[in-house]
Amino acid sequence: MPDRYRLIYRPLLLLAVALPLGWLTARGLEVLGPGLGANPVRETLHLTGKTALNLLLLTLLVSPLREWFRSPLLLRTRRILGVAAFAYALLHFAIYAALELGLDFGDLGRELARRPYITLGFAALLALAPLAATSTDRMMRRLGRRWAALHKLVYPAAIMAAWHFHWQVKAGVAEPLLYWAALALLLGWRAWRAWRRRSSGLTSKSAPATARGRT
Amino acid sequence: MDRRDPTLIRPSEITSPELYLNRREVIGALGAAATIAALGTGPGSAAAAAAPPAPRFTRNARFSVGGPPTSVEDVTSYNNFYEFGLDKSDPKANSGSFRPRPWSVEIAGEAEVLGRFTLEDILKPHALEERVYRFRCVEAWSMVVPWMGFPLGDLLKRFKPTAKAKYVEFTTLLDPKQMPGQRSAILDWPYVEGLRIDEAMNPLALMVVGLYGQWLPNQNGAPLRLMVPWKYGFKSIKSIVRIRFTERQPRSSWNLSAPGEYGFYANVNPAVDHPRWSQAKERRVGGGFFEPRIDTLPFNGYAAEVAQLYRGMDLKRFY
Repeated sequence: MPDRYRLIYRPLLLLAVALPLGWLTARGLEVLGPGLGANPVRETLHLTGKTALNLLLLTLLVSPLREWFRSPLLLRTRRILGVAAFAYALLHFAIYAALELGLDFGDLGRELARRPYITLGFAALLALAPLAATSTDRMMRRLGRRWAALHKLVYPAAIMAAWHFHWQVKAGVAEPLLYWAALALLLGWRAWRAWRRRSSGLTSKSAPATARGRT
Repeated sequence: MDRRDPTLIRPSEITSPELYLNRREVIGALGAAATIAALGTGPGSAAAAAAPPAPRFTRNARFSVGGPPTSVEDVTSYNNFYEFGLDKSDPKANSGSFRPRPWSVEIAGEAEVLGRFTLEDILKPHALEERVYRFRCVEAWSMVVPWMGFPLGDLLKRFKPTAKAKYVEFTTLLDPKQMPGQRSAILDWPYVEGLRIDEAMNPLALMVVGLYGQWLPNQNGAPLRLMVPWKYGFKSIKSIVRIRFTERQPRSSWNLSAPGEYGFYANVNPAVDHPRWSQAKERRVGGGFFEPRIDTLPFNGYAAEVAQLYRGMDLKRFY
């Protein structure tokens, strides 16, 4: 029911992905919550980065759930989640460049070149950019089969994003390990499904749906 | 009042220069007293029961930096003390039931006077002074903090270190019941740190018992902590229960955890980056969202006092 999607699910989802930004803004303006604390730039970087990573993992969760529930509706949520993940990643980078480095592009270049975790984070952002740019219906139609191939970039992007997060941690790897575990499940499921399909020599039941991108 | 006409200002309206120059301190001290007093109050608070009255101290201007100190709120709510959790807000949130009194310190190793001393014995002969020091965390943020304490060297001399005492090792309390962070193996507990004996004897090295004119809050390393302002913050070990004089360089917790990232010396040095991030600049805490970072100074601005300790040493190698 497309109308129900347009009238209810999509607005709700848009609202949901905007919530972290709203929370951040409300805290920044000290309308809600404790403010952003003694080091607001670092806090903002953490919040935007974590939100981007969380949304990226949720994006990867859509395909397994879709097969599980056999609901085409879910596929439509994936675009919003994916574009939102990119938007938060871009905001994360913009805050880093503008507020952490004060738009000193010499510094930015040096940091990108010398700090592997910064390089990885930036590479993840670059990998997501063409996916966000080709997320419209028109681009999907135009690219056809190549769209699905291009959007496989989301896998290296997610791995680089998780690695970027892990690498900046000073001590206590429990949280990064949780992200790695989630990522291993999401990617492992895809590997397992691909292997099963190949070994059984059959095309999957869901094959027709993958015209919009086999993920 | 019309500001364009100076004749309209009455003498009584003019703030005395002293008060004006000290205005931040006055305001800060009032706020600090209120905030820190609030930390230790409430029924059943062990600290309130045992903490002695507010300490007397004199200000040591020679060893104090100018400029406004970081707010007491930020100093007491934003810091690393992994014994109480990984987040910067965890030390304050999780140290409420920590009991800094009664407390004792064991003196061990290469010295003539050894044994266990109560906190009162440790403090008794020392006049407390306030010093406003720059504080630089290895994570590239910094503060300016009015600490209260006495020279570490004065304390160490009381134990008559022998000729074999080339280093001093400090150990933090090990008590997972009171320090919930110690229940997970983030570091190899208890936290240990060390100084070369000449570093420890440098007049800048401070044994700290308070900040902002009050006894140390639990989250800042009560009741006894070190402050070596020319080194990254992790060298300034908190809640010390043991001081040991050694002939060999002691291991230190962060060095054990990540030897490639945290050295024994850990002198603040903008020219030697942490492997994962630059140390050239720092973010002064409390500066707000759009405040640019400032340049980090060699030895955190204390080169005149301490650079000679490292003469001839390759500071890239001994980071």
